[in-house]
Amino acid sequence: MESPRYPDRYDLRKRRSQWVAFALFRVFSLFIAFVLFAILGFIIYKGVGVISWDFLTEPPTDGMTSGGIFPAIVGTLLLMLGSAIVAFPVGIMSGIYMNEYASRGWLVRFIRLMTNNLSGVPSIVFGLFGMALFVKYLGFGDSILAGSLTLGLLSLPLVIRTTEEALKDIPSSYREGSLALGATKLQTIWKVILPMGMPRIITGLILSLGRVSGETAPILFTCAAYFFPQLPSSIFDQCMALPYHLYVISTSGTDIEAQQPIAYGTALVLIAIILVVNLLAGGMRRYFENRLKTK
Amino acid sequence: MKKIEVKEVDFYYGKFHALKHISMEVEQNDVVAFIGPSGCGKSTFLRLFNRMNDLIPGSRLTGQVLIDGRDIYAPGVEIDRLRKEVGMVFQRPNPFPKSIFDNVAYGLRVNGIRDKSFIAHRVEEALKGAALWNEVKDKLKASAFALSGGQQQRLCIARAMAVSPSVLLMDEPASALDPISTAKIEELIRELKKEVTIIIVTHNMQQAARVSDRTAFFYMGEMVECGETKMIFTNPSKEATQNYITGRFG
Amino acid sequence: MRKLFEKIVQWVLTGSGFVTSIVILLIIGFLFTEGAGLFRGRVIEEGYVLALNKENPVSRLTAEQIKGVFDEDIANWKEVGGPDLPIETFRLEDVDRYFSEEELGPQYERAGEAIVGWVEEHSGAIAFVPRVMIPEEADLHYIEDRTISPAEVFAGAEWFPTATPAPLFGMLPLLAGTLWVSLFAILFALPFGLSVAIYMSEVASERMRSILKPVIELLNGIPSVVYGFFGLIVIVPLLQQGFDLPVGESGLAGSIVLAIMALPTMITVAEDAMRSCPRSLREASLALGATRWQTIYRVVIPASMSGITSGVVLGIGRAVGETMAVLMVTGNAAVIPTSILEPLRTIPATIAAELGEAPAGGSHYQALFLLGVILFFITLVINMSVEYISSKNK
Repeated sequence: MESPRYPDRYDLRKRRSQWVAFALFRVFSLFIAFVLFAILGFIIYKGVGVISWDFLTEPPTDGMTSGGIFPAIVGTLLLMLGSAIVAFPVGIMSGIYMNEYASRGWLVRFIRLMTNNLSGVPSIVFGLFGMALFVKYLGFGDSILAGSLTLGLLSLPLVIRTTEEALKDIPSSYREGSLALGATKLQTIWKVILPMGMPRIITGLILSLGRVSGETAPILFTCAAYFFPQLPSSIFDQCMALPYHLYVISTSGTDIEAQQPIAYGTALVLIAIILVVNLLAGGMRRYFENRLKTK
Repeated sequence: MKKIEVKEVDFYYGKFHALKHISMEVEQNDVVAFIGPSGCGKSTFLRLFNRMNDLIPGSRLTGQVLIDGRDIYAPGVEIDRLRKEVGMVFQRPNPFPKSIFDNVAYGLRVNGIRDKSFIAHRVEEALKGAALWNEVKDKLKASAFALSGGQQQRLCIARAMAVSPSVLLMDEPASALDPISTAKIEELIRELKKEVTIIIVTHNMQQAARVSDRTAFFYMGEMVECGETKMIFTNPSKEATQNYITGRFG
Repeated sequence: MRKLFEKIVQWVLTGSGFVTSIVILLIIGFLFTEGAGLFRGRVIEEGYVLALNKENPVSRLTAEQIKGVFDEDIANWKEVGGPDLPIETFRLEDVDRYFSEEELGPQYERAGEAIVGWVEEHSGAIAFVPRVMIPEEADLHYIEDRTISPAEVFAGAEWFPTATPAPLFGMLPLLAGTLWVSLFAILFALPFGLSVAIYMSEVASERMRSILKPVIELLNGIPSVVYGFFGLIVIVPLLQQGFDLPVGESGLAGSIVLAIMALPTMITVAEDAMRSCPRSLREASLALGATRWQTIYRVVIPASMSGITSGVVLGIGRAVGETMAVLMVTGNAAVIPTSILEPLRTIPATIAAELGEAPAGGSHYQALFLLGVILFFITLVINMSVEYISSKNK
């Protein structure tokens, strides 16, 4: 075979185009990192002066132009708790079912398809649905109960998926080993599989709480109160919530100028929750990964 | 001049000393077989010749590897140019998810050849050279995945040969294939040696005996022995080699 | 006993396995029943009639024409297929301007008669009055009332859900607004998303990757109101100055915010796809003398195309469904956008902004649920196509 005559300068050219392409990718990636730090930096910079013990523990006063955001913090925590009560047990059980019980392929595929579809449903549609079902049809009214149920359903797909993925990575030899020792399937799951999957499941649960803390659209019509300074006394009360509070005071407040510092402060608290959640989840992931490695 | 000369090469993955002080020479148009138990470093050694190990972070080499008298690890060596000279066939057939034609044309295209008729001509030659032409000439546009495992591996050989390398590295090219496909690959190796120098890693000692002119035996990162294939298999000078080829370990 | 317990647990687990499917069905059910109610609603506000002089032959007007008439954009009956007569409109709110207190009576008990008399006298008259006010013997001619038709909803170009006498539920502006912002958002996000995905999967060192990974996760975690707030405080004023706009709230502001929000999904999915491209393919390409970049665009990207596409489509899904950030920065003008620099309004933003004020069970309320149905189906189609793309690859 005669040898092909390769163009002389082509090696140089392709190396140059690689250099340009990679440089471009690097610049774009750094830009995205810059965007994140710009957003975080801006909100921290503007908000940090607002944060004080009083801001965190006092209700708003003077038509929400001064005072704190205590009821909104409590409301958000209550909604996180409520949604956790709704989503965690069902979601974890559903994940266990998918991974350990559902045996027929098409059934698993169907359920997974539905779960994926549910996770793609926009949060405002959950809001509509929650309003129609919980607020109106079941008559819960605008309430923490309705809000928690709506948010719980919204976070359900995430909980299911994390559970499923956590369990999927456990080698089947552990199951077989346990079953071979005479344990029932349920005992195997309870004593062997769940404890092994727990670290990753918990990481996923923490992240889903983070997501719930920032959701606004689902609670617009199911729970959130514009102004409700006293703390809720039952699950049938409305409550304030941080994201909704940020929304109203930055768009339809009574005095946008005076309320802007409160908006920065609220945004900072929201961001802080997200940072804590992500750090916690990341820390847990690393901790458990290392523990697995050293084992 | 020798085609390939390896001078006192040591190779490390991080702290792991993977190849210990290896020197050897390869004549033009020879077939050299590397044998040895798993993990003995023979594949690592093979991958030094086209600098495939560069991809592994933390790897380090001392010593010299000369091809046609030039040190391929010297500063300023262009790796893509080296790899045009030194082709490689992998353990498992790894055709691209492209058509048969595009697979073979790939190496020419990434090296700047645009002339369509030349590429077509070259693809045909390479496929003929790999004894695949008659089987695929009517379906060059079909996906390479439509071929059987043995055909895929011959396609990979054609793909490597299309660039017209002077050295061909083969990393256990038949280990994933059935006996008939293996026989075809071995036959092909005997044909190809007219054009290129071949270094082949193999687990299969009969295969080494059948196709190679010279054989090198590796053990624990060292090259225990290297010589005429006949000599190695009939009268090895080292006891370890003897033990290995008689099947006492490995 | 123990066996029974195991069985019960298994039933409970099975039941929870189907919860998501049930929720999907419930969503479809509830949204549909409310949304479909719109088409049983009447064009003219419940309990009212549009009365004409009996000489006037016009008996059909579309909702848009009714709005035109009462906004005085349509001034002559011949514009709506009637005789050449100037139109004189009458709204109940104006009753005091037309008649004296005497004529109406102290409790407005004679208002009906007075209005009927006025319509009988004026041949070009059209009056918007409650049906109960009109005496039975009155000799008037009425605009035919009918149910709202799907055509005026899905092909209608005007969204005036609170207009009287006839609200307009044309959804085109909202649909166009949604598609318009999402399209631009994806155009902005695409180069960044792909670059970052390629960089993280193919180019970056392990250390760089370990920095970028949490960056992407945090971008994903920031709540949408915070994005909206940032957009409102920073991006909107910047755009207003930069493009010298009357208002900074615009489709462009929405697209930029959406682009940032769609990035994490896009990057994560595309990066996963590229990382799962087998090493043997990369090695084969490099061994033929290709550079890493050639290997990326000739082998890795084509081989992971379905995953990359899934990422982009999921990013679109995220953009289409996003509510709060868009609501806060796009200005919410319900007109069919002609430029990205104008204010516009998306479907989710419309629902969020209006549902609070729409009386439950009314046409407006139902129209908002219908928007929810549309949104649900758009995202369903998006998810199904992702499902299809990735299943085809396996």
